[in-house]
Amino acid sequence: MTVALHDGTDVIASSSQVDARRHGELLLPAVDRVLAEAGLRLDAVTGIVVGIGPGPYTGLRVGLMTADTFGLALGVPVHGVCTLDGLAYAADIEKGPFVVATDARRKEVYWARYADSRTRLTDPAVDRPADIAERVAGLPAVGAGALLYPDTFPNVHEPEHVSAAALASLAAERLAKGEELPEARPLYLRRPDAQVPKNYKVVTPK
Amino acid sequence: MADEPLVLGIETSCDETGVGIVRGTTLLADAVASSVDEHARFGGVVPEVASRAHLEAMVPTIDRALKEAGVSARDLDGIAVTAGPGLAGALLVGVSAAKAYAYALGKPLYGVNHLASHICVDQLEHGALPEPTMALLVSGGHSSLLLSTDITSDVRPLGATIDDAAGEAFDKIARVLNLGFPGGPVIDRYAREGDPSAIPFPRGLTGPRDPAYDFSFSGLKTAVARWIEAKRAAGEEVPVRDVAASFQEAVVDVLTRKAVRACKDEGVEHLMIGGGVAANSRLRELARHRCEAAGIELRVPRPKLCTDNGAMVAALGAELVARNRAASSWDLSADSSLPVTEAHVPGHEHEHDHVHEVSKENLYS
Ligand SMILES: [Zn+2]
Repeated sequence: MTVALHDGTDVIASSSQVDARRHGELLLPAVDRVLAEAGLRLDAVTGIVVGIGPGPYTGLRVGLMTADTFGLALGVPVHGVCTLDGLAYAADIEKGPFVVATDARRKEVYWARYADSRTRLTDPAVDRPADIAERVAGLPAVGAGALLYPDTFPNVHEPEHVSAAALASLAAERLAKGEELPEARPLYLRRPDAQVPKNYKVVTPK
Repeated sequence: MADEPLVLGIETSCDETGVGIVRGTTLLADAVASSVDEHARFGGVVPEVASRAHLEAMVPTIDRALKEAGVSARDLDGIAVTAGPGLAGALLVGVSAAKAYAYALGKPLYGVNHLASHICVDQLEHGALPEPTMALLVSGGHSSLLLSTDITSDVRPLGATIDDAAGEAFDKIARVLNLGFPGGPVIDRYAREGDPSAIPFPRGLTGPRDPAYDFSFSGLKTAVARWIEAKRAAGEEVPVRDVAASFQEAVVDVLTRKAVRACKDEGVEHLMIGGGVAANSRLRELARHRCEAAGIELRVPRPKLCTDNGAMVAALGAELVARNRAASSWDLSADSSLPVTEAHVPGHEHEHDHVHEVSKENLYS
């Protein structure tokens, strides 16, 4: 979970924590902290940038819902940035090709190929590392997904996790160039597990 | 009255994205987006489908509620949200939205209990809740008997289902009868043309040694399914209307009998019925009848306020503001098993001060 404040030129404050199960609790206090560090209030913000995944759905929704609602309350635009693009950007690789891979759990990775840190060549996808071994053979790889599967990704580059600072910097750069950013909608890549749990809808504590 | 608290409430504990706005005990807006159609083919609510739908529906539904109420977000005195109980992922979407909205607007945030909200919504229909009030909450998720002396601080569980919720039994019987999902409305419709005494289905937990206020619908469900299967196995036509009426009668008989008994035992003169099953016409009728006979005043909100909605959350939020209850802190979490004894989730001391600081600045500037 990562929050950053960007003034169009530089990141002026940021905070990152790795705690996958407590996004819902940690995000707002982190926003509050980052703003306090910069001596600003949220209404000073002129735009919101949010990682749209791919990534774990629960955390993804916490980020997107927070960004959406900030946008509504403040009347400012909300931009999406593909999370893999943020990692590619932060890796700062001028000459590719290379791969970004994050942990998709269930023994799979979210991944895409890049020509350089600003140019993605393939749509984000979710696959088993062994199934894409041929397509990524010999390429350097970035991200926690690459670290998890050294057989498929022997040559791993920093960073391991995406940062809001990188997402904001990339977005600021693209917006300055007049480029369109993706809609702030989640990239789920998998269909929902369409299983009704056994005690579905039971919300009364027993 | 203009000085009554103006509160926006967000509810996402199950498959309805609800945003309501109330001023004191007056309903100003009740916007609901439902993902029930997306769940229908699975025969029940799929949590991931519900969570995805909440995310998409939230901002448009907030917008719709504000328009309907004709108020500006700046004028709100607080944002209330269901903190639990409910589906964890679904709750989290609503809690995230409420926190971000409250924070961005500089308003206090109130995490509230879903069940207490179901009770409090009656204030929008019949005015201030009598203290004490007995509440029978029945839906696809709950079957509870609760006694409240102060809806913001004292809700006592007297009884609950030990297996299925009443609404679940409706869904399952509708499925056995091939009537689709959700089962409540369709069973109600068929039952109107059937004979409620045609088949003597069992009344769960009504023996002399059984717990007086607990419910059980699992045995009834099995008995009805067996009865239908026996008919089919014998090559006979299933009398759908009579089955629906007799099953429904067994459910509402037990619900109303136990609720009235609880009122008498506790000396409580007011009974409110809420939750989706409170829309059932036979439940309303039998409850009216039995309450009249027992000298109990019955309060049942209109069906739209009985099902999950944001107005009920706003109603409880407004009551919290009116009674000066502590706001929640920014690290409020969604709690899928929040106990009903916690009507709301006040923040920790130090952060609570901070919430108040922010809100004061913006509320009166
Ligand atoms: Zn409910």
